[in-house]
Amino acid sequence: MWRKLFTSVPAFRALKAPCRSFTSSSRGAEKDFFKDLDAQVRAFRDKAVAAMPGSDWSPIEMTPGLPPERADVVIVGGGVVGWSIAYWLKRKERVRDGLRVLVVEKDPTYSQASTVLSCGGIRQQFSLKENILLSLFSAHFMKNINNHLSVVNEDPVDLQFNHSGYLFLASEKSAHIMEENYRTQRYAGAKVTLLSPSQLKERYPWMNTDGVALASLGLENEGWFDPWSLLTALRRKAVSMGVHQCFGEVTGFKCAANLAETTDGELLNIQRIKYVNVRMPNSLEYQPVECAIVVNAAGANSGKIASMLGIGLGPKESVSGVPLPVEPRKRFVYVVHCPDGPGLDTPFLIDYSGVYCRREGLGGNYITGMSPEETEEPDISNLDVDHDFFQEKVWHRLAHRVPAFEQLKVSNAWAGFYDYNTLDQNGIIGLHPLVPNMYFATGFSGHGLQQSPAVGLAVAELILEGGYKTIDLSAFDLKRILLHEPILESNIV
Amino acid sequence: MAASLLSQAIKRCSAHTCAAAAVRRALSSSAATPSVFTRFLLKLSQYFYDVENVLNWNDWLRSQSVIRKNRLFGYAQKNFGNNVAAAYYILTLRGSFRFAGQSEWFRTDSRGKFSYDFMSTPDTQIVEVDLSGTLINHNGLENLVKQTKLQSLSLRGCPEVDDWFLACLHVFGESLVELDLSHCSRITVGGLAALQNLRKLQRLDVSGLPRLQNPGLVRILLEEMLPHCQVTGAEYEQGLIQPDSQEQTENHHEASTHTGLRHL
Repeated sequence: MWRKLFTSVPAFRALKAPCRSFTSSSRGAEKDFFKDLDAQVRAFRDKAVAAMPGSDWSPIEMTPGLPPERADVVIVGGGVVGWSIAYWLKRKERVRDGLRVLVVEKDPTYSQASTVLSCGGIRQQFSLKENILLSLFSAHFMKNINNHLSVVNEDPVDLQFNHSGYLFLASEKSAHIMEENYRTQRYAGAKVTLLSPSQLKERYPWMNTDGVALASLGLENEGWFDPWSLLTALRRKAVSMGVHQCFGEVTGFKCAANLAETTDGELLNIQRIKYVNVRMPNSLEYQPVECAIVVNAAGANSGKIASMLGIGLGPKESVSGVPLPVEPRKRFVYVVHCPDGPGLDTPFLIDYSGVYCRREGLGGNYITGMSPEETEEPDISNLDVDHDFFQEKVWHRLAHRVPAFEQLKVSNAWAGFYDYNTLDQNGIIGLHPLVPNMYFATGFSGHGLQQSPAVGLAVAELILEGGYKTIDLSAFDLKRILLHEPILESNIV
Repeated sequence: MAASLLSQAIKRCSAHTCAAAAVRRALSSSAATPSVFTRFLLKLSQYFYDVENVLNWNDWLRSQSVIRKNRLFGYAQKNFGNNVAAAYYILTLRGSFRFAGQSEWFRTDSRGKFSYDFMSTPDTQIVEVDLSGTLINHNGLENLVKQTKLQSLSLRGCPEVDDWFLACLHVFGESLVELDLSHCSRITVGGLAALQNLRKLQRLDVSGLPRLQNPGLVRILLEEMLPHCQVTGAEYEQGLIQPDSQEQTENHHEASTHTGLRHL
């Protein structure tokens, strides 16, 4: 190393100098000598800095970006749910650096992550009390976000929250469901109000109220915000608290297996995860991370992670034959421009036909889309947008509800995945009986972003305190998956 | 050796942190360009843990004072009723108010002292409130939500009033007629969209809101959203791309030649 510092020293050049002609290029030789001297001194200084302690030079070539060899909690998935869990784990550890948390994310560009492709809405208008409480807690978290997530000497967090509220429309058939949901929501603490068609017409003159029997408007804590800001705020704060971040893909687990017998005499293979294999991007190299607890917050890919442990691959009638019912479902979002469209008071409008629409900015742009029928789910191998879907299914329903949208132009569109829970479209949170140290926090089917701060706290409480302390989410346990008992949520968009 | 230790300390400083409010935000919110002393302290805080901790405590104390000002006056509400509690709360914040049916305003003097005459009429609701320059935020508004006959609210220059506060104002949707939001530095368009619930609003003042990029456009949108409301404080031309000054000088030149011809 030290010899390298002196490799190309000007002394070698001096030997050549007498060979050159003396008269014409003597000045040139001197200039060369000083220019080279400058470069040589700079190179020497760089190498000296690298040799001093405090630099990261090492004679052993190490792959950059490898995860640590040991961690206490490994969170698979670096979306908003994963980082929220990491933040709350660090916030609730009693001892400084008491927990080593590692967040493993497959894609550093987040190009296919559901978090950043989301419309960013938050609402409390659900039919299940747990969903309402989760969204309400998350809204309160965002209200005081700088008390939670501000970092010294960094800019304060700005979520660009639009407080326009959600407006659900109900037809004659579903008006009674809406009234019942309204009671549940008010009881749980959400600020919602019901509107009749005439009140709707008076308040939103741009809307066509044909077929609408009842409408429900969120007055407070509802609206939309920038999901990327929330993700980076959570990530920045968690990293500042000492969470390790690794970009790599989880390709397998190394487990210790034990046999257990159920009361029916069935033999179960209980697997305890010992190592998580994290493979580096664009490489075959992987690092087995020894860990105590693994959290599956992988979103649309949670089913794949679960199948790596054999969940769902056993005989059909046994516990190990029930797969994790989370699969990716593609949803399209279209950005349309309509200069005569509704103004600043446009809420996040959700029609009973399934089409939704919200304002984007102040320039007459709107974001719209619709959930397709169960039988017509689009292909999930890529994120290509199907523009015919807009022309055939979305536009006429949109124009029926808001006549100004008959004249519009689609300026942009994108597609994203829902981590769709095929059983009941609600989150799956808790431990699996076959894997005693894997916690699941997935399957939110399109409302993971708005529930992420609360879900993070719930999983952190499960891990650190063994039970729910703030919001009781025992209804979302994995038990219901194994017993095939869905708890249905009627307000899924 | 010392240089590398210092660089390590700097790296650690930026990596670790206490859970406290942003130093720069608090120190710079008071003035656009912080004073030399403040900048010196910020520079020092990047090198020394002690200075960083002292600045964090300063911030924490300031945020605690805001929290203290906005606590719920539950004891007063339970023992004296909502109206008296709301009146007491407004006076402790150094605001002023007027009861329904009475014409005199209850205020504090320059030192914050006030008389307890407002307790003699516990059954009248408050109709006009002036909270300009106070530290009220969305938590403190909980003390006032029962005043459903509130007609006029002035929040001029309140530093803690933000979009979430505006979203909470929907409780006054049936009665609020006048709202003054000028010089509240945290309000953005997202919060102004929440004013759609104030259907009876007739006067709205949105002057001096630094986070509105297009005040003229926002005024047009607000007038469209609330048809009976008169919006003041933003001119239609604000935020428009101005025509070139060359055009202006051409017009000027034409005007001067016309006047020259007239003299002939």
